[in-house]
Amino acid sequence: MIADRSSGDPLTGEREPAAAILVYESPGFLADAWRVARKDLLIEFRTRSAFLAACVFALLSVAIFRFTWDGTAIPAMDLAPPVLWVIFTFSGLLGLNRSFQIEQADRALDALLASPMSRESVFAGKVIANFVFVLSVQALALPAIALFFNLPSGGGWFGVLLIVVLAAIGLSAVGTLFAAVASNTRLAEMLLPMLALPFFVPLVIPAAQASVVLLEGRPMADAANWLKILLAFDIVFTAACTVAFPYTLEE
Amino acid sequence: MTSVSSVDTRPERAAAAAPAAPGFDWLMAVAIGACAFAVVRTLYFTPADAMLGAVQKIFYVHVPAAIMGLYVGCPLLAVCSLMYLWVKDERLDRLAESSAEVALVFMSVVLTTGPIWARSSWGAWWVWEPRLTSTLFLWFMVLSYLVLRGAVEQQEARARLSAVMGSLAAALVPFIHLTVYIFRSQHPSPIVIKPSAPSMPSDMLSTFALSSMAFGLLFLAILRLRYRYATARDARAALEHG
Repeated sequence: MIADRSSGDPLTGEREPAAAILVYESPGFLADAWRVARKDLLIEFRTRSAFLAACVFALLSVAIFRFTWDGTAIPAMDLAPPVLWVIFTFSGLLGLNRSFQIEQADRALDALLASPMSRESVFAGKVIANFVFVLSVQALALPAIALFFNLPSGGGWFGVLLIVVLAAIGLSAVGTLFAAVASNTRLAEMLLPMLALPFFVPLVIPAAQASVVLLEGRPMADAANWLKILLAFDIVFTAACTVAFPYTLEE
Repeated sequence: MTSVSSVDTRPERAAAAAPAAPGFDWLMAVAIGACAFAVVRTLYFTPADAMLGAVQKIFYVHVPAAIMGLYVGCPLLAVCSLMYLWVKDERLDRLAESSAEVALVFMSVVLTTGPIWARSSWGAWWVWEPRLTSTLFLWFMVLSYLVLRGAVEQQEARARLSAVMGSLAAALVPFIHLTVYIFRSQHPSPIVIKPSAPSMPSDMLSTFALSSMAFGLLFLAILRLRYRYATARDARAALEHG
């Protein structure tokens, strides 16, 4: 991976000569976070393993849910939002698992931690990468749901996009933290859903309720309470997880 | 905690903490006695509720168990977890572990007695009512906390990772409660009779106070026993591996 050699290369873990370390100036929290995110996304873009798996999972799930559904008994509008958020959660988990798995190989995480970046910026980078991952999968899943469930196309979808973005922030922050926790355990990826799903409850319930409101064409104000919860969750848990993340790493 | 200090202190603490023979657990004896007394008083010396009938007597088990499990056990777990991240004392970790396990038992009592009571007073075994739903999610969280503990071999890592989860769970509980509360309030619930008993006759109230006290003692006794077990187990592990 090519990075700016003059300021040290935290991505590959290569240490600069002593003189170079002396002149190293931290490019700042967000710049560091972006480096980590870019590294993860570049790996994902080159291998496409988790992204493909998550996309195929999302599309298959939409198709399977379609066959469990009796269209005469339940209107599409009642079933589509739950399906959307079930897929959102579980395809998100697929990507989150990978977030720290790729660091386990050859103890890459050690190199990441040995770099002059703060641990908080490593966390922020992982969250950004997972956020982009979740949104990319949703970019495919949302049209698929709209198509297979014959949902009306209208202004409500802009609101749904806003909800997806809000929920993706919270999901990435909490999920990344628990992916770090789970990667340190014997059960590894099996543990992540168990740890993370209770924390997704205040994301998935408001998100599903709010998207029902918006897809039915009701005004955004009807979903205001749910959006407030989502926003509060994002703020509280992004902050709390950033503070808690350094404790998940060995000292 | 650095590995150096834990190697240094563990054998000493182990020698101090491992008792030669466990003496008579007087607290447990008093707690069991109080529970037996409370059961007898509940069954034979407290009038049955005029509307709900004999099933209302579950109240004397259900509510005290909820108070100890939800309002004592879980906050204790959260506080110990937060404190552990701050001071890194093994004892706090053992207390968090013990309170999680005992709280899980008490919450299981709540979630078992609740549906039995609900069946006869609300007409359904399970109702997605805010308090019930919050309790269920809390139960799941404590369960996964304990699974997480079981999945980490090394003691220091186990304490650290589970403390992270315990601390975050403290921030999550208000969100879950708010969410399920708004969820219910937007969907009118079918409940007509709510199990609120603010004005009870005095003999019912005294039985409730008695059984609350008995459950409080039982909670403390089990917690102490569980904590001693954790101490002895860690001491043994330190002697074997340290």
